[in-house]
Amino acid sequence: MDLGPHAAFIWAAYGVFIAVLAAVLAWLWLDGKAQERTLAALEARGIKRRTSRPMSQADAGTGS
Amino acid sequence: MQTQTLTQRLANPTRFMELSALVLPWLWALAGALIAIAMYKVFFIAPADYQQGETVKIMYIHVPAAWLAMMGYGIVALSSFGLLVFRHPLADVSAKAAAPLGAAFTLLALITGSLWGKPMWGTYWVWDARLTSVLVLFFLYMGLIALRNSVEDESAAAKLTAILGLVGVAILPVIKFSVDWWNTLHQPSTGFTQTVDPSMRTPLLISALGFTVLFLAMHMKGMRNEILRRRVKSLTLAAVERAQTSLPEQTSLPEAR
Repeated sequence: MDLGPHAAFIWAAYGVFIAVLAAVLAWLWLDGKAQERTLAALEARGIKRRTSRPMSQADAGTGS
Repeated sequence: MQTQTLTQRLANPTRFMELSALVLPWLWALAGALIAIAMYKVFFIAPADYQQGETVKIMYIHVPAAWLAMMGYGIVALSSFGLLVFRHPLADVSAKAAAPLGAAFTLLALITGSLWGKPMWGTYWVWDARLTSVLVLFFLYMGLIALRNSVEDESAAAKLTAILGLVGVAILPVIKFSVDWWNTLHQPSTGFTQTVDPSMRTPLLISALGFTVLFLAMHMKGMRNEILRRRVKSLTLAAVERAQTSLPEQTSLPEAR
């Protein structure tokens, strides 16, 4: 594929784009796994959430 | 028994977790398919521009990145409004999840624009209104993230960040109309791609749609992570409280010397 005299700029732009998106996706995935592991460990110790309340603001942590 | 409205049902974090678990795989797949189609068209079908040559290929990622930089801030602002006015339980979760994603796409818009500018304008950077206002948007995202992390009380951090988020929304029309209000090196608006030739417009629109769906999927995943993080925090506090309650029964504190 011939991208002309400015090919380096095109490949650099796509390279940075892919690298940043890959880093964000990896962060999201690893963060999710870490939270799931910690939550499972806490629940395994018998500490449970108050899931029966349908409109819990405490779950989202935004209640003042 | 009181009947919940649709908004109330969707506002429930537990229900959000259930629904998003169903929707998220489809969003990832749709984003992947659209981006793959777009990239095929970009590299194998779309022609070179008569003036810019092949460097026009940068447009297919630069324009979606710039659009998502602004859309991300729109989500932050709307979520901030939802928190401050309606106290929607998921509003702060949404704002917190959108900020780093918006920052990432703003950074990508700046970098890809810079790499496009060098061969076309002869410079990586110029302090014109469009470039400078997008740089301000990036700093605004950084400010939102830093402010949230600097306040320990999560509820106070949410409100302060929401206020800054709403104040900062003034940057969006400045970015959008900067090319009309001032004389800039950056090209003027294409009227939502209407002035772009169809041979380039189709891959551009598919690319923009694909990365928009990807952004929405990442935002949903970020919200799920945040809800889990808050559950972990809540359970950790419960564990500490339980340990403190049972402490006198299990152990005796050392005498103060």
